[in-house]
Amino acid sequence: MRITDKDVAYVADLANLELTDQERQRMVKDLDSILTYIDRLNQLDTANVPPMAQVCGTDGRSDVTPFREDTPRPSLPHEEALKNAPAASADFFRVPKVIEK
Amino acid sequence: MDVTTLTIASTRSAIAEKKTTAVQLVESSYKKIKAENPEINAWLTLCEDRAMAQAQRMDQLAAKGDPLPPLAGVPMGIKDVMVTRGVRTTAGSKILESFIPPYDCTAVARLESAGAVILGKMNCDEFAMGSSNENSAYGPVRNPRDKSRVPGGSSGGSAAAVAAGMAVATLGSDTGGSIRQPASFCGVVGLMPTYGRISRYGLIAFASSLDHIGPLTRSVQDAAILLRVMAGHDPMDSTSAKAPVPDYEQEMAKPVKGLRLGVPKEYFGEGLEPEVRAAVEASIAKLQGVGAEIVPVSLPHTEYAVPTYYVIATAEASANLARYDGVRYGYRSQNSRTLADMYRNSRDEAFGAEVKRRIMLGTYALSSGYYDAYYLKAQRVRTLLARDFNEAFQKVGAIVTPTAPTAAFKIGEKADDPLAMYLADIYTVTADLVGIPGISVPCGKTSSGLPIGLQVLGKHFDESTVLRVARAVETHLQP
Repeated sequence: MRITDKDVAYVADLANLELTDQERQRMVKDLDSILTYIDRLNQLDTANVPPMAQVCGTDGRSDVTPFREDTPRPSLPHEEALKNAPAASADFFRVPKVIEK
Repeated sequence: MDVTTLTIASTRSAIAEKKTTAVQLVESSYKKIKAENPEINAWLTLCEDRAMAQAQRMDQLAAKGDPLPPLAGVPMGIKDVMVTRGVRTTAGSKILESFIPPYDCTAVARLESAGAVILGKMNCDEFAMGSSNENSAYGPVRNPRDKSRVPGGSSGGSAAAVAAGMAVATLGSDTGGSIRQPASFCGVVGLMPTYGRISRYGLIAFASSLDHIGPLTRSVQDAAILLRVMAGHDPMDSTSAKAPVPDYEQEMAKPVKGLRLGVPKEYFGEGLEPEVRAAVEASIAKLQGVGAEIVPVSLPHTEYAVPTYYVIATAEASANLARYDGVRYGYRSQNSRTLADMYRNSRDEAFGAEVKRRIMLGTYALSSGYYDAYYLKAQRVRTLLARDFNEAFQKVGAIVTPTAPTAAFKIGEKADDPLAMYLADIYTVTADLVGIPGISVPCGKTSSGLPIGLQVLGKHFDESTVLRVARAVETHLQP
């Protein structure tokens, strides 16, 4: 196995996931088999192949996606933006404390 | 008026000629939905007030004898990954269980401006991640052609509703095959346009460089009509293309005589079910019979498309889904002491297994020390895949293949094996990676009566040819 419990714990931490013990065990197995499958990409020599940056506009049609004018426009009113908040007060989203004592 | 066989064109003329009213169509559609949805589970939310108000507007126009807009009174459903102002939008996830969007997706707004009646929102795999609709937090969708089978995914509800006659047409989204594969499994038409052709504004992001909106319909003509309504530049999406939008209905009707069609040998190899192969080959022979020239082509990097896709799609998803943290909208865990706990608990409690798996895979692929080996490598292979198509399109105007290697499989059959499930997209992912348009059109049935789809792929911004070939397949399939 190339993926260890430690790898899964590290990546879960990066991804802001906790995962149960059962989920972690399953994740080790699944990631391992999917990454082994992905490894077949190494059969290809891509040393001189540029990475894809944009799928369209690569055929001399760079005018296809021009930037829009940088002009101010109204944004969502506070009241609307807060409507879906699990907790809010005045113009702010409420969250549990950020710094522990 | 039988709502189960209406098309867009026949709906509009029926209303204009006063054979029915938009209100009557809405009523009969909801009647059908309420009778059949408990079993099929294609709809997650109905918006009856919004639908009725729009239908009344269309009836008033018809009563005055005013010209009707192109989609007047057409009952439609929207995959629940497109936001609808004031109408709950879940993305098939518990994390958005009670999310009420403050704005409309551009594609949906354009449909309504053209007279369409939005009946409600369609079930789908959570965040459009899946090929069977079994990953929805709201339960699987059943295939109306055989209720023990999946409808495909991720736009499973959208395909099933059209097949079952619960909507004349629906919108789906396609990131790796999510419009075309369910269209194939349910025996309907599913069109994924060129990347950038239809604005993604208001489409809940899965993988931004791969996400597309497109229609699922009962006919190629209906797909052409809907594409024209939704296509065209939108300043709200920076990847939306400023390219002319042709009259697809006119383009679609042109004959295929003299058109060169490529058949890539890599799409007819191991893993393709014999019955699917036979139906697709028979359709290709019919295309040849009406004057298309069949040209063998090669897309040599095809076998690398699925692994490339699962690096790029998951990497982008891991970034896009970072926004679900329980702060501004969506599910918030109630048992958290600190902010960091709240992020984790909310995500842990409300994301499903497949979404977590993909976030983990994508985070791993982007993590320090692995970025070059996975993400950059995959983007280089993506260039090779694009070159395969550029080369083939030097020789041919379009490419024809099976849409999926099999017909619809049984519910539960692949649910425990993520890799086997990923291979259901083997013929569809490449078009997403390369940004070219593709359509799935019914081309036959298996001996047990399950639909089989044929896929047509075309050049960037050449949906016209894709629709034209699909129309020929559809026309010459008639007995």
